[in-house]
Amino acid sequence: MLKIAKYAVYDIIRSKIILSYAIFLFIISISLFMLDEDASRSLISIMSVVLIVVPLISIIFSTIFLYNSYEFIELLVAQPVKRNHILLADYLGVTVSLIMAFLVGVAIPVTIYATGPTGLYLVIVGIVLTLIFTSLAFLGAVMTRDKAKGIGIALLLWFFFSVIYDGLLIGFLFLFNDYPLEKPLLFITMLNPIDLGRISVMMKMDISALMGYTGAVYRDFLGNGMGMAVTLLLLTFWAAIPLIIAVRIFRRKNL
Amino acid sequence: MIKISNLDKSFRQLKVLKGITISFDAGKVVSIIGPNAAGKTTLIKCLLGMVIPDQGTILFDDMNIRHNDSYRKQIGYMPQIGRYPDNMKVGQLFDMMKDIRNISPDDCIDEELIEAFRLRTIFNKAMRTLSGGTRQKVSAALAFLFCPRVLILDEPTAGLDPESAEMLKAKILSVRENRRLVLITSHVMSEVAELADSVLSLQEGRVIFYKPVTEILSETHEDRFSKAIVKLINQHQYVENS
Repeated sequence: MLKIAKYAVYDIIRSKIILSYAIFLFIISISLFMLDEDASRSLISIMSVVLIVVPLISIIFSTIFLYNSYEFIELLVAQPVKRNHILLADYLGVTVSLIMAFLVGVAIPVTIYATGPTGLYLVIVGIVLTLIFTSLAFLGAVMTRDKAKGIGIALLLWFFFSVIYDGLLIGFLFLFNDYPLEKPLLFITMLNPIDLGRISVMMKMDISALMGYTGAVYRDFLGNGMGMAVTLLLLTFWAAIPLIIAVRIFRRKNL
Repeated sequence: MIKISNLDKSFRQLKVLKGITISFDAGKVVSIIGPNAAGKTTLIKCLLGMVIPDQGTILFDDMNIRHNDSYRKQIGYMPQIGRYPDNMKVGQLFDMMKDIRNISPDDCIDEELIEAFRLRTIFNKAMRTLSGGTRQKVSAALAFLFCPRVLILDEPTAGLDPESAEMLKAKILSVRENRRLVLITSHVMSEVAELADSVLSLQEGRVIFYKPVTEILSETHEDRFSKAIVKLINQHQYVENS
């Protein structure tokens, strides 16, 4: 499996899209750092960009890649190779390429301008979101043979997690305005990997002190070891479960 | 070598294979013919493990191919249209296939088609720069590369220039001498006449007939192969419908 993954990485990393992705992130990060002397303010801006762009590019690129590789995957299935290995090798190939582009685009500027726990968390969150949204892309792509449908599903998933979810959350807060909502809010927020990433990074920043009681509750929970463990567990589930389901579907799929 | 029993396959509401039962023996070239949607490609894909049948078994050397990946070491497959990773170089593709199979120096490697098609000259070109015909040549070379005992070729000469088509046909005939089995789907009757020892005719998921070429010609009293085939198909359809 690692052999196939090696060739997959060689192939994908030379893709123009991966190169553009890396350059785009790099330019944005460097510009944001240069425009503001306060590195932590720049980090917040970069975080906002990362939380939108990384899931989007991960899910769309992976979906398109899988549909374009369909015939080659067919050929590999006709070889004496296990089906799981083929799909997982492609997953590795895609995620390694996307993560390397992300590291070039974000981790390098962060290391230059803003080393520290916040920057580190930002990089980790970027890597984790790449893994999660690629995993979701794989699930969508093995479920439907139709390329247009698959890309539609991918876009919808991204839109749901990056925009709609928070809108629904605010609506929920508004409706139940009279009740103490900090604990439920925390719980619901943790169900969305993007929000989870955002909160993890912000907890490392000083501004969390400005968030008042809500911030305190979050800090209380996430600041300590158990909170971090739960966060890590949830994020791992988000990455692993769609992928596992995708592999199971692929094993029995008619090609 | 290959025994198929009672193979059934449906896609949604459409039953594509209906109770197919046949055997293929070594040392033969079998041409699989039939109209579109007759089930030819589905049958081939079942043999390759790409499609999982609803019912029935396929035995390769008396071993069930279900949940078994290693039997494919002995099969070379040439798809009808080959698509490859855009940025991969031709040479890298061959390396990758050898790598996947853990090829050691003792294992058999047949690069005759690579030489005949002069593919080494383009080993450094990326797959996306190749024309359709050149990709077909790569697919053909890959199918024969590991000296497989069974070759499954889906419309092998479609898209090949006449010279390369002749080279491939010569290769197919030479391989038959070595006790290997070759399954070819083809719409081109002249090619079937040139290459086939037996013809398997499918229609609407059923076997219409499966006969050696000599028998086909003698039974129908035709000397033109395509005419003989058409006559035989009509005969058998008549029998079925009556």
